Amino acid sequence: MAPDQDDIYQEHILDHFESPFHRGHCPQATHAYEDDNPLCGDFVHIDLAIDDQGRIREAWFDGDGCCISLASASMLMQRINGSTVAEAQNLTAEEMLALLGVRLTPNRQKCCLLPWRVMKMALFSPVTSSAAAPPPTNGSEHAGPAEHA
Amino acid sequence: MIADAPPPLDPAALRDDFPILHARTPSGAPLVYLDNAATTQHPRQVIHAMVEVYERHYANVHRGIHWLSDQSTDLFEEARRKVCRFIHARDPEEIVFTRGTTESINLVARSWGDAFLAPGDEVLLTEAEHHSNIVPWQQLAARRGIVLRFLPLRDDGLLHLDALPSLLSQRTRLVALAATTNVLGTTQPLRTIIPAARAVGARVLIDAAQSVPHTVTDVQALDADFLAFSGHKMLGPSGVGVLYGKREILEEMPPFMGGGSMIRRVRLEAFEPADVPARFEAGTPPIVPAIGLGAAIDYLERVGLDAIAQHERLLLQRAHAVLGAIPGVRVLGPAPEHKGGIVSFVVERMHAHDVAHLLDRRGIAVRAGHHCAMPLHKRLGITASTRASFYLYNTLEEVEQLGRAVEEAQRLLRRK
Ligand SMILES: Cc1ncc(COP(=O)(O)O)c(C=O)c1O
Repeated sequence: MAPDQDDIYQEHILDHFESPFHRGHCPQATHAYEDDNPLCGDFVHIDLAIDDQGRIREAWFDGDGCCISLASASMLMQRINGSTVAEAQNLTAEEMLALLGVRLTPNRQKCCLLPWRVMKMALFSPVTSSAAAPPPTNGSEHAGPAEHA
Repeated sequence: MIADAPPPLDPAALRDDFPILHARTPSGAPLVYLDNAATTQHPRQVIHAMVEVYERHYANVHRGIHWLSDQSTDLFEEARRKVCRFIHARDPEEIVFTRGTTESINLVARSWGDAFLAPGDEVLLTEAEHHSNIVPWQQLAARRGIVLRFLPLRDDGLLHLDALPSLLSQRTRLVALAATTNVLGTTQPLRTIIPAARAVGARVLIDAAQSVPHTVTDVQALDADFLAFSGHKMLGPSGVGVLYGKREILEEMPPFMGGGSMIRRVRLEAFEPADVPARFEAGTPPIVPAIGLGAAIDYLERVGLDAIAQHERLLLQRAHAVLGAIPGVRVLGPAPEHKGGIVSFVVERMHAHDVAHLLDRRGIAVRAGHHCAMPLHKRLGITASTRASFYLYNTLEEVEQLGRAVEEAQRLLRRK
């Protein structure tokens, strides 16, 4: 089958699906969030270990879902692992879709954007109230839960 | 299977009537349409009947004193008589045209429910219902303080009938359930449940969205008080559905929506409702869709509902055999003898969306997700499933293609 833009099951996606980057839990997590897409039952949990300098030392995910949502979670973890909170916050939906690198129908875009949405919320979700989690450096655009229209 | 029993019908011949079934999908593969529980395709006869109304007979119904209005009124009322005959109702006035099953059930919840149910009254549903036979009752519970109860499913997907006596009581005012469920395809034992409901004085509503298109329905033999179904699941157009109600029950129910057609007389301070069924058909009804539904009924009757049911049984048995033989595939729900032509399954380590997407690349249209039955999926301990559903135009070869495509999908997503 020739790989083309409309074939979403391309090698790089299958690679992330089969051998994901940082799938599991991070014991040092300072921030975590979990959400699902009730329409298809996908859920994603994201653990972030953020240091005092506002750098994401560790980004891990776990969850259950289709190839697209799991591959995008894996790519997203790879992308933000070691980046700053500000960089992660500024990552747009368009950039996330581009990161995946295949053309998705609107329905499948929701699969791709679920981990991205969970990541945005995780930046604002300290693990415990006692944990000295640094506040996100720029909170201009709060990514609220997406609509399931 | 008896080796030389003649096939109940010839799907290849019927397929010539369905233009869309000759489509090629973007991958070049011919379309294999196995999403009939969601909606069905239209034969030329239905399409042409509707085009002919638009080209020659169309006007508003029950209103104009003119030539066209008389014609469209006649055609519209003829469709009502066809529906009446098709489900063996006593009287066409027991047939209310709605927009679909969903509206039909909401009509009962709003009109009958609000008028006759009081706090503490109970409505009994099952765990296998479509959201459209759950949410209207939840809304009624919020408005009227009624209590919802659910007949549970056993692990094999059949209803836990042993629990029925303890769930029915003098407080039970309504039992509402699907005749054939939309995920597992279970044909429910209505002949046990309806008399039990009667015995405690409860009314019965049958969600027949998945049964009326596929098997003979006789509302009088069933003794159902209400029965709801949709035109678009039986070769008809979307936008029209039916609520059957026993005449004496409809007559004591207040209108659901207010507007034109549903009144006898309006003064500035009050209105007098029209007789049934007009009382429940406020506004301009789905005129052409209803006439299209009538044409769909003609088509189904010509093929024969018994032949259709038998044909679907063959497809279903084959689908259970083919899918059941694939390692890592689990077919959900009971054995074929308890089912209509619906087969839902899960593939180990594959999400339903991936299954459906990969089948789509082979031209095969199936449904993936929770199919508007989230509580059922929760009961089954899964979040989503893939569903293939059959109709008169599907072939045994298409079932084989489904099996091959599932195996191919497994190979693609499990390279190691
Ligand atoms: C069992 C059942 N009930 C109700 C409905 C709702 O029908 P409609 O969307 O036509 O109102 C469906 C259709 O999906 C169904 O399968």
